[in-house]
Amino acid sequence: MTARVWRRYSPAHTAARWSAETALALVTALMLWHVGVRWDYVADAPAQVGDLLGRMLPPEWSFARALVHPLAQTINIATLGTVAAVVMSLPLAFFAALNTTPGRAAYALARVVIVVSRSVDTLIWALVFIIVVGPGSLAGALAVAMRSVGFLAKLFAEGIEEIERGQVEAVTATGASRLATLLYGIVPQVKPVILGVSIYRWDINIRESTVLGLVGAGGIGFTLNEAILGLEWARVGLILVVVLAVVLLSEAVSVFVRSRVT
Amino acid sequence: MSARVWRRPSPWPQPWMGPLAWTLGLAFLAWNAASLEVDPARVARGLGRLGTVLARAWPPDFSRASLLVSGVIESVEIATLSTVLGVLLGIPVAVLAARNVVPLPVYAGGRAMVTLGRTLHELILAIILVKAVGFGPLAGVLTLTVGGVAAFAKLLAEQIETIDRGPIEAIRATGASRGAVLVYGVLPQVLPRIIGLAIYHWDVHLRHSTIIGIVGAGGIGATLYNAFARYDYDFALAILIVIVAIVLVGEAASALARRAVQ
Repeated sequence: MTARVWRRYSPAHTAARWSAETALALVTALMLWHVGVRWDYVADAPAQVGDLLGRMLPPEWSFARALVHPLAQTINIATLGTVAAVVMSLPLAFFAALNTTPGRAAYALARVVIVVSRSVDTLIWALVFIIVVGPGSLAGALAVAMRSVGFLAKLFAEGIEEIERGQVEAVTATGASRLATLLYGIVPQVKPVILGVSIYRWDINIRESTVLGLVGAGGIGFTLNEAILGLEWARVGLILVVVLAVVLLSEAVSVFVRSRVT
Repeated sequence: MSARVWRRPSPWPQPWMGPLAWTLGLAFLAWNAASLEVDPARVARGLGRLGTVLARAWPPDFSRASLLVSGVIESVEIATLSTVLGVLLGIPVAVLAARNVVPLPVYAGGRAMVTLGRTLHELILAIILVKAVGFGPLAGVLTLTVGGVAAFAKLLAEQIETIDRGPIEAIRATGASRGAVLVYGVLPQVLPRIIGLAIYHWDVHLRHSTIIGIVGAGGIGATLYNAFARYDYDFALAILIVIVAIVLVGEAASALARRAVQ
């Protein structure tokens, strides 16, 4: 009699795991080969990154004064873009929530707008708006707004779908009009969601706005691009430190506000 | 005795706080709007040309299909390779950043890695890595790997922090080493989550892989940026349609795969 050995998985499960793992390994290997990695470049990468960091440090602190304006512009772009997106996404969200949508067609249309807005990155929206309104922070703010509308409307709509029917029925029972039902039965229930999600998106948009300038849509990314093209690595170092600080700060603000409203 | 009037309950602890918050918020918004630099003449010209741009963009030009297909393949390869690498490197980082499995100083270091890695925008990382390893998909893979490790590790660490202590204590009671506790006590509890998160991150990386080409890190973004730069609006529209399509297909595939795993 052979001794029975404990195994974690049944033979069928083991076979399935093995085939899945082998397939993944094969696909990875195939892609690695097809992408054409230059291994001598890979071997050299740590040295190159080290060299770049060496040039960036210490950061050129005296350049800080020149960063105030682009940094303010970055915050302008993110804030105005987010506010515009919140205003546009509120009606969209009521159309895209199953319990408040006025009809099938409105629901389908709202969902299509949400999908297109979300699938295209802020930077690509920026390329589009630069054609229309020219380079600068207006194009950036519009790009941020376009990308955020879908994100906000999707999450707002989920919040609207999760409300309690009871309160809505109570307001309807007083003989309230549709608008009054919306204002007193639905809006108070989704207000925390709207506030929380909006501030969360604002924080994401600060991070997105730091690179909009790389394609010409305003903000600190423009200064970053200039410094890189001019090989002013000590300035690049300072800009990276500043960007890091602003993004961390906006995230802290966002986490604090969200902890208070929800 | 004066009649008591019903007032809506206020979320503010003191009555003066609400108006103050609104005033500060509106002042901040006014500052943002006032400092946004808009060139009305340029906007008017751009809007006037909008018709021409749209006429040149329609119908989308799919005639250079080979360029489109190779861009899409490169984007998918970048997304897949960086996901595989990011997950492999992210698992140990997640363990370091989970409060319930490592001592406090290690946890602090792990959290710092996770927070810093997510702060800089992918495009900024891409610029640095393009300088380090040259133009091409390799820089893209490395960029999304760096960003992906931190984002993946953050979510996985949150999952590790919610696991059941029982199995860990049971394994430890057998006299198992720290490594064995991780492999047999922690890992089996989070494995389904790891697979789910990995699929979700593949979807996120696919979105990002469409833009990092703007700074030369490979993928379809480079093709798009060139099309915009050469005013090839009909080709640009074709690329945009393809990007929306691959993001949607990626999202659907990711949703299906995650449902199959859970």
